[in-house]
Parts: sequence; structure tokens; C-alpha cells
Amino acid sequence: MVSQSVSAQASGHGHDHGHDQGELKVLGFWIFLVTDCLLFSTFFGAFAVLRGHTDGGFTAHDFDVTGFILETFILLISSFTSGLAVLAMHKGKKNSLIRWLILTVLLGAMFVGLEINEFTNMAREGATISRSAFLTSFFSLVGLHGAHVSFGIMWMIGLMVQLAQRGITPVTKRKISIISLYWHFLDAVWIFIFTVVYLMGVM
Amino acid sequence: MTNHEQTEHTGAMKAYVIGFILSIILTIIPLLLVLNHMMAKTPLMVSILIAAILQFAIQLFFFMHIREGDGPRYNAMALLLGLVFAVTVVFGSIWIMEFNYVVQ
Repeated sequence: MVSQSVSAQASGHGHDHGHDQGELKVLGFWIFLVTDCLLFSTFFGAFAVLRGHTDGGFTAHDFDVTGFILETFILLISSFTSGLAVLAMHKGKKNSLIRWLILTVLLGAMFVGLEINEFTNMAREGATISRSAFLTSFFSLVGLHGAHVSFGIMWMIGLMVQLAQRGITPVTKRKISIISLYWHFLDAVWIFIFTVVYLMGVM
Repeated sequence: MTNHEQTEHTGAMKAYVIGFILSIILTIIPLLLVLNHMMAKTPLMVSILIAAILQFAIQLFFFMHIREGDGPRYNAMALLLGLVFAVTVVFGSIWIMEFNYVVQ
């Protein structure tokens, strides 16, 4: 009787401990997101200051409007599908979770592809990163975001492999929640790139 | 699956769909305002910035669930501090460099 209650207590404690540890890791990731926010803010600050310094070359009026509208909606939809992946995970549907993740990765890849296309088109017109201070700050800011998205794609592919092997466990659950936070965060940053860089550029 | 969990999931689904629709609306409004030149420059800039901030809040509340979880919300506090720093860095840079431009 006594040993039973002790073991129940111990396992209860063990469970709580694991739960706390997982929560702590998610909190740790939130703190990473905050520091990432600071990193982006310095790039935004540089862009805001240098946006007029075009040195007679490519200006913000010359942005490809259809291109950035497409990029914006693709990233927004992928943010939504990564949320649906988390919902499928909470329902314990592994296959549907993997399908939503695949869709998110495909949309992310389309976004990166469009961005690479935009950058190469600009470079072909002579608007390279070293052409003017405006272009340096533009390619750094948007490129930093694109690098984050590319990294997220590789991370998500890794997680899908892990999911296929291990299924939905407390550990993979936590990892999926974290990458979904990361993905939503990237869309949140893009809202400001869309507004400050592109919309204020073409207006 | 218990009844409580069931309602929780439908609630979460609803939150995602509402958040998604609001995000689309808040993307289309500034787009239309800018592409159709519907406002003077300063009110236009203020309007599209407000739309961006609202959409940022929607991502936080509807998608990232910043309100969820038990106990003190250290994530929200950290984020708030981060946003104060971010706003200071961006507007501080603009303020300083505009002054630099004036005195040159």
C-alpha cells in the first residue's frame, strides 16, 4: 500500500518534471525568437535610414509588385497550414500532420524560389548588393529573412523524417510546436518587410 | 477523446480560420490603399503601419497562442521587452540619422 502510493507519487513527480522541462524548452525558444526580433530590428533600422540612398540606380519604385504580392500570400498560407499541422498533431493524426507539413514546406520552397527569382532579376538589371547603400540594406534584410525561411524548410524536413520514424511522442510534439512558432514568427517578420520595404517603397 | 478536448480542438480550428481570414483582409486593405493611391502620403503610411501591427497581433494571439499556458507568462514579458528594444533601435536610428541629414 505504502510502496504503491510512493511509486505513484514518484511517477507523478517524474511526469511533472518532464512537463516542466518541455515547457522550459518552449520558453527558451520564445527567448530565441525575441533575440531574433532584435537582430531583424537592426536590419530594419539600417534599411529605414538608407532607403533613400539609391545613388541614381535601382529605387524602391522599381520593385516587382506581382512578385511581392505572391510571396506575401504564399507565406501567409504556409503560416496557416503549419498551424493546421499542429492541430492535426493534437488530434494524434500522424499522416495528416505530415501532409500539412509537406504542404508548408512546398509553400516555403515556392516563397524562396520566388525570392531568388526576384533577386536574380534585379541583379541582371544591374541592381546588385554593392550598387548602392539602399540595395545593400535591402538585400541584407530580405536575404536574412529568406535565409531564415530556407533554414526552416530544412529543419521541417528533418522533423518529418523523425516523425515518420518515431511517430507522435511528447518529444516530437514539442519539436513540432516549436517549429510552428518559428514559422509563424517568420510570417510576422514578413508582414513588416511587406509593409516597410515593399508597400512604402512602391507608394 | 473527451468532450472537453473535442471542443478545445474545434475552438482552436476556429481561431486559426478567423486569424487567417483577418490576416488576408489586413494584407489586402493596405495593398489596395497603396496601389490605388487612395490617400495622401502621411495618412497612408500611418494606415498601412497600423494594418501591419494589427496583423502582427493576430499572428501572436490566433496562431502563436501567446495567451496560452499556466503560470506567469514569461514569453509575453520577454517579447514585450524585445519589442521595446526593437522599436527603440528602429526609431532611434531614424531619429538620429534624420538629424544628421539636417545638419549636413
